[in-house]
Amino acid sequence: MEFLHTIRQPWPWYVAGPLIGLTVPTLLLIGNKSFGISSSLRHICAACLPANISFFHYDWKKEAWNLFFVAGVLLGGFVATRFLANPDSISIAPRTVAALQDLGIRDFSGLMPADLFALSNLFTLKGLFFSVIGGLMVGFGTRWAGGCTSGHAIMGLSNLQWPSLVATICFMVGGFVMTHLLLPFIFAWVN
Amino acid sequence: MNQSFPLKPRSSNDLGSLHEAPGAKTKPETGLANLKYLIVGLLFGVVFVKAEIISWFRIQEMFRLDSFHMYGVIGSAVVVGLLSVQFIKRFGIKTMTGEPVHIAPKVFHKGQIYGGLIFGLGWAITGACPGPLFAQIGSGYGLVAVTLLSAIGGTWLYGYFREKLPQ
Repeated sequence: MEFLHTIRQPWPWYVAGPLIGLTVPTLLLIGNKSFGISSSLRHICAACLPANISFFHYDWKKEAWNLFFVAGVLLGGFVATRFLANPDSISIAPRTVAALQDLGIRDFSGLMPADLFALSNLFTLKGLFFSVIGGLMVGFGTRWAGGCTSGHAIMGLSNLQWPSLVATICFMVGGFVMTHLLLPFIFAWVN
Repeated sequence: MNQSFPLKPRSSNDLGSLHEAPGAKTKPETGLANLKYLIVGLLFGVVFVKAEIISWFRIQEMFRLDSFHMYGVIGSAVVVGLLSVQFIKRFGIKTMTGEPVHIAPKVFHKGQIYGGLIFGLGWAITGACPGPLFAQIGSGYGLVAVTLLSAIGGTWLYGYFREKLPQ
């Protein structure tokens, strides 16, 4: 039970990071697959709604491994939350809490702020911004960039690809601009 | 920069080469073979949740420079990934089925800048890159299913407008 208690605590970065890094050689060695997640979104388009778009006309079934992988990630999310959940609330850096309180976030108990991601926000401006518009940007941006945090920041940098370094820097710049320059306006609008 | 693996002469008892389709980088896999990716994905999803990488708050901490956590996660993942890839290359480690390991090089185009910035802006709103989206849904955050559908929609829109975008 001691073991179960330990793994229910939040895992530190020096445990999680190396485990995530090990995904790279694991996928290479079990099937010669390059780690990457955003491609799954493209395969879903190719499978469900290829329309007349040549970008989606390819044999997505050959890339089915990627869909199995993300289905596994979803299941892993369920398993970890259902069986290994941390009994305590998440502890967030006090400065971030203060900054988010200024923006109108009140609920700091879960991994996601209920103020933004409760299902009841679906048809509100919050839902529109934080789920619909945010999601569109994630999907559009990752495909245009040719990868996301996994494909570029982890797989690309692991293989010393300088275009991946450019992409990773741009991911971070975009995130800093949104957090510090744009989020205050968005929150003022949706609150 | 080393973009592909040096081809090593194969020994005659190398069974791997017998199965290789002409020109194919990887052998086709079907059905049950894909279950191993489901299992790796599952473990990966558990790590995502347990290290709170799927948390919108952790992403905010990262972009506000208030916590080292996410930098530690990504940084140490890159270090381990880098060492592994270099090890595989240096010693010519083969895959389980005996193929030489192949990693497609990333070719630079302007999309990595424009698309990267757009993804970064979205990352700070949704608090998730594509991987954590799946783990958040599995964790029971139902509204994220809308985020995921939107991300699929965004990918589709990219495909639709691709010809008109600078590449």
